[in-house]
Amino acid sequence: MGRHSKRAGALSILFMGLGQLYNRQIIKGCILAVAEALYIIMLLPYTLSCIKGLVTLGDTPQRMVNGKIIQGDHSIFMMVYGIIAIIVLFLFVVLYIINVRDAFKVGKNRDEKKKVNSYKDSLRNLSEKGFVYLLLTPAGVFTLFLTVVPLAFGVMIAFTNYSSPNHLPPRSLVDWVGFQNFINLFQIPSLGKTFAGIARWTLIWAFLSTFTTFFVGLVFAVIINANKIVLKKFWRSIFILPWAVPGFISILIMRNMFNGQFGPINKYLTSIGIGAVPWLAEPFWAQTTCILVNLWLGFPYYMAMMSGVLTGIPRDLYEAASIEGANARQQFFQITLPMVLFATAPLVINGFAYNFNNFTLIYLLTNGNPANNQYFYAGHTDILLSWLYKLTLEQNQYHMAAVVSIIIFVFITIISAFNYMRTRSFKEEDMVQ
Amino acid sequence: MSFSKVRRIIVRFFIYVLLVCTAVTSIYPILWIMMSSFNPGTALYSTTLIPERFTLVHYRELFLEKDFGLWYINTLKIAFFTMILALVLVIFTAYALSQFRFRGRRMSLMAMLILQAFPGFMTMIAIYLLLLQMGLLDTHLGLILVYAGGAIPGGSWLVKGYFDGIPRSLPEAAKIDGASNATIFTKVMMPMSFPILTFVALSNFIAPWMDYILARLVLRSADKKTLAIGLYEMVSGRMNTEFTMFAAGAVMVAVPITILFIFLQRFMIQGLAEGASKM
Repeated sequence: MGRHSKRAGALSILFMGLGQLYNRQIIKGCILAVAEALYIIMLLPYTLSCIKGLVTLGDTPQRMVNGKIIQGDHSIFMMVYGIIAIIVLFLFVVLYIINVRDAFKVGKNRDEKKKVNSYKDSLRNLSEKGFVYLLLTPAGVFTLFLTVVPLAFGVMIAFTNYSSPNHLPPRSLVDWVGFQNFINLFQIPSLGKTFAGIARWTLIWAFLSTFTTFFVGLVFAVIINANKIVLKKFWRSIFILPWAVPGFISILIMRNMFNGQFGPINKYLTSIGIGAVPWLAEPFWAQTTCILVNLWLGFPYYMAMMSGVLTGIPRDLYEAASIEGANARQQFFQITLPMVLFATAPLVINGFAYNFNNFTLIYLLTNGNPANNQYFYAGHTDILLSWLYKLTLEQNQYHMAAVVSIIIFVFITIISAFNYMRTRSFKEEDMVQ
Repeated sequence: MSFSKVRRIIVRFFIYVLLVCTAVTSIYPILWIMMSSFNPGTALYSTTLIPERFTLVHYRELFLEKDFGLWYINTLKIAFFTMILALVLVIFTAYALSQFRFRGRRMSLMAMLILQAFPGFMTMIAIYLLLLQMGLLDTHLGLILVYAGGAIPGGSWLVKGYFDGIPRSLPEAAKIDGASNATIFTKVMMPMSFPILTFVALSNFIAPWMDYILARLVLRSADKKTLAIGLYEMVSGRMNTEFTMFAAGAVMVAVPITILFIFLQRFMIQGLAEGASKM
């Protein structure tokens, strides 16, 4: 290692831009030095106080003095600012590292007696290599503020006592409680029971709703694509309708159709003598209704998808099979089903993840009801996500909601990562830098 | 007649019965809601499939008693700007990820795949607080930003896949001829990826018509309401006394969106089939 590279590197560690100045890249060095100076003067004190706030979450509660309210610290805002401050600090550190590497590299070039880039050269270099980062910046900013910060915030909330009635800013402070919420979820009987019950139903729901739509979709795709069925296009257009109507409208329509007292379905059932069914009022029936409505909404999607796959299966496979003496059933189980399953497996796993979080259907159809008085603010048809919604927006139990959402997060991440890792499109993706 | 022939006829008969039953089930709720909107009464109870007399009064009431027109304009506005913003963001991202090789690319791709699996409102407390801090709570802009941000991961992944399919020799040849990145994009990539861009644009246009939860979270005041909120409020009460008005509103939302969707699903099946063939 040469003299210049070491010195330039060390100098730029000392202060941004010094190494560049040493390498006689005056303008670049000045810009970097000014950037660091600006950060230290303008942002660093604020950053530090925000990070301190994140650690303490405030120490002055709101209080009354002579009948007037004196604002105290707002723990939750302090937390959000703290996260943003850490991100800004992180970006600064990245810039710092780039600066050191740059000084070191240019120094090395000097050791090897290569030409040192002029300011113009560096600028051209930057615009060529930096263009792609410029393209990604808007999406990056959006993702940062709408996904990364909220996720970090959500994770942190799980380790606090942010909840109604005693820890709700601005009236009172929020404190860190470590893993207490996670322990409570499994140790406090009412919470543990609710979580276990809802998690069980969520899994059953996700499995059954995916399985039924997939299976019925497959049956109709096979029927419509069979040679001897007439009016193929007609049947397909009709069956696609439930998928085409906006979901929230169909769900609201269904909510009314299945209405126990006034809905048309019960009116018909009564008139033919079967009697009213408590579609939305009793736990078992409410759960069944959810699955039925989802079947109505969801089977056209799989039908359309599998029609595409079916027409793509080479004809000669079937011809070869019938020459070998395979009957229709064998052809279905040996050729059609494996081909369809292979092609749609990623979609099915996605479908499972989607239904696992199908808040819209549950919330608009049953609102989680019928209520279960043994549950902690939840009903018989509540899935984890709708329970989360109730805990947050209706009950202000943010800390428990955050714990539940971390559990959902981990579960969904595992499913989707597993799903995409095994798709060839990802494996084949050339990852050459 | 031989036994097998009889059996075949019986099987085919049952298949057609099944098809007809399913067709009726598929159409019935849609037909029912249309008929309900022409019913003279107001409540769910008095609604019949064949109305005693047809009336358009509920369509008029929507505009006179409710701010249906305002909700429609709000939703249209939100949908339009969400579409534009999401399209721009998605194109930038997909173009960068598809046409360039750079440090951090693999990580960005992985992050997008995982992020697209999350429903937007899992992070809603924080989004709520951030919007509140930025003064964007209860504004359409805030909602548009949230929608567009949510569209980035899934949309970019889709469009990137499409861009990947365009032979690399085309943009490279243009580059050798001295075309700038902007020219390459508008003259080479854009015309070749028109179907997928239409798909992304339209699906982002449709999304705000369907979404209830994020709209409910961000929008508070009555004059900012979207159609989904307005319609939900009409039937969420116990007595359903505004049911026929809801039916009229549902028809007015469902008709244009359904037509758009039927137009769209061709792209969707094609795109997913192409995606599936690559897996």
